Amino acid sequence: MNQPQRDWPLWEVFVRARSGLEHKHVGSLHAADAAMAIDHARDVYTRRQEGVSLWVVRSADIVASDPGEADALFEPARDKVYRHPTFYTIPEEVKNL
Amino acid sequence: MYTQGLDQLGPEHLLKDPAAADAAFQARVDREDKIEPKDWMPEPYRQTLIRQIAQHAHSEIVGMLPEGNWITRAPSLRRKAVLIAKVQDEGGHGMYLYSAAETLGVERAALIDQLLAGRAKYSSIFNYPTPSWADIGAIGWLVDGAAIMNQIPLCRCSYGPYARAMVRICKEESFHQRQGYEIMLTLARGTPAQRQMAQDSLNRWWWPVLMMFGPSDVASKHTAQSMRWKIKRVTNDELRQKFIDITAPQAEYLGLTIPDPELKFDPQTQHYRHGPIDWSEFERVLAGHGPLNRERMAARRAAHEAGAWVRDAAATHAAKQAARQTGVAA
Amino acid sequence: MSAAAQPVPPATITIGRDATPLLRYVLRLGDTSLILGQRLGEWVGHAPAIEEDMALANLALDCVGQARLLLSYATEIDGRGFTEDDLAFRRDEGDIFNLLLAEQANGDFGRTIVRQFLLDSYFIELFGGLAHSKDARLAAIGAKSEKELRYHLRYSENWLTRLGDGTDESHARVQKSLDELWRFTAEFWVKDEVDTALVAQGIAPDATALEAPFRRRVAQCLSTATLRQPADAPIALSGRTGRHTEPFGRLLAEMQFMQRAYPGAQW
Repeated sequence: MNQPQRDWPLWEVFVRARSGLEHKHVGSLHAADAAMAIDHARDVYTRRQEGVSLWVVRSADIVASDPGEADALFEPARDKVYRHPTFYTIPEEVKNL
Repeated sequence: MYTQGLDQLGPEHLLKDPAAADAAFQARVDREDKIEPKDWMPEPYRQTLIRQIAQHAHSEIVGMLPEGNWITRAPSLRRKAVLIAKVQDEGGHGMYLYSAAETLGVERAALIDQLLAGRAKYSSIFNYPTPSWADIGAIGWLVDGAAIMNQIPLCRCSYGPYARAMVRICKEESFHQRQGYEIMLTLARGTPAQRQMAQDSLNRWWWPVLMMFGPSDVASKHTAQSMRWKIKRVTNDELRQKFIDITAPQAEYLGLTIPDPELKFDPQTQHYRHGPIDWSEFERVLAGHGPLNRERMAARRAAHEAGAWVRDAAATHAAKQAARQTGVAA
Repeated sequence: MSAAAQPVPPATITIGRDATPLLRYVLRLGDTSLILGQRLGEWVGHAPAIEEDMALANLALDCVGQARLLLSYATEIDGRGFTEDDLAFRRDEGDIFNLLLAEQANGDFGRTIVRQFLLDSYFIELFGGLAHSKDARLAAIGAKSEKELRYHLRYSENWLTRLGDGTDESHARVQKSLDELWRFTAEFWVKDEVDTALVAQGIAPDATALEAPFRRRVAQCLSTATLRQPADAPIALSGRTGRHTEPFGRLLAEMQFMQRAYPGAQW
């Protein structure tokens, strides 16, 4: 089922509710490109006038700190934001991953 | 003291002592810490959450169909607008929930494939038809009412993204139930035909809605574990009883009769007693033999398949644009 | 229980020959929004992705909202004490004045996008002009709608580009839809005594003045989308005067059923 061409990537959405406030993470959505991500974010996350400004960022571009102090054995430090399978590149020859 | 000590164990201890890892995790849950996506969690916790959140998400999406059925026939412009907004909200709720599930390491596309292949569950209630406009009222009043019962405790669930999605959903849900009840009120105060429409609808939805809460789970080990992990916070029976206690007076106010001859307020317990639920109907619906299981899945499959060329085109266009920007041949 | 005492109102409302140009004009706008909203509402739950269900529902909601504003205004001009719902649910085909393009079937997502793009491109000019109308109500409605329209146009333009310049299949599909729907744009430029009267009064913008910017915008987007501009063709029917295509009757039957089946009921 690996058809990268078909699946729209995941984007994280940040909304600034009013001027004076910071952008806050509100969730994620799938979109093929940045314009679509902004439009979808507006449709999904600001239906009740919840925002004056939207940021959308590809989930894969977010670098996250580690919750634990020394997770070196399981995950490299400063890893991707989720345990998302497509964020990790596994060589083709390795099966069942 | 002991639990706090365990929290500070390094990863080498996690490898050597899974029981300690579980205990440290349970200690966090016990003191109402929120578990976030990158925190260590027992694999069964993660799997249970994925299944539960996905079922919830699927329910919202399939739930767009019985109500969507009346958008083109809504009997007034205001009702049409409100119904479109409600169904749009349900789509949004599905999206919040798929987002929460994705933080646990599954892809939405994979979850949807499971649903369309018949390998995932969604709430039994959405397999029932909406043959009359009054059903739109009944769904808002009763189905959303039951969902709210379940969702409010989940706002305090241990997994951060799920709890936050539930808070967002609960804020939006109150309008859903009010609009449903308002429809029932308008019908109940309307012509004799409209009153009959409302009563007929209540007759058809009451028992399936009670089944939404699921069978009694006081003896369930699965429930006990979910309660320990704070993924589930109230038992099925407690939620169902609370729902009946709240809803029965609402039906009385409408002048409609709940189709349960044994329904009776007990002043000693301060709860409504009710008749037996036909769990064989619930089993049949869950097994795929409800009134519209096949049609619901067929509709979702058709939308998904008919939309494949659209999704492909968007992805292809994005790739072309990216290639043009880097000056590389596509 | 006074059902027996209430007279059943006549089922069908007609727009008489004596209807003012302003009433007809407002109905043309309101009916186009109403019928387009009806078509868009059919998509909910069946779109290519959940995100598009939400987007199409958003477009539908905006259309229904515009329809309600315009039809409410129409009831005031009409003066017979009708409600927006009376006008929406109790006029028959010959008295509903939407543009033909709005009533065309959804078809696939591409066809819906083509229809949307053509209407959005026309309405962005029209509502832009209406914002300066000497009729204060129309000016207010024009200004409000223009904001919504800019979002609709962004949506439909972006999608037309993705589909036109996407895969071979998507390109072929939208080219076909464009070839089929283009002829309905001819109705945008028809001028009759209603338009002449309102242009003279400074209430409506002159459609002729809108054509050039419309064609420029369309040409630009089609070029980006690698789509071929179809040849102009005349249109032999006229939604603006109540002479519709055949699917319209079925759309109306579905939309109006409840009010027709239960006359006089409140919903």
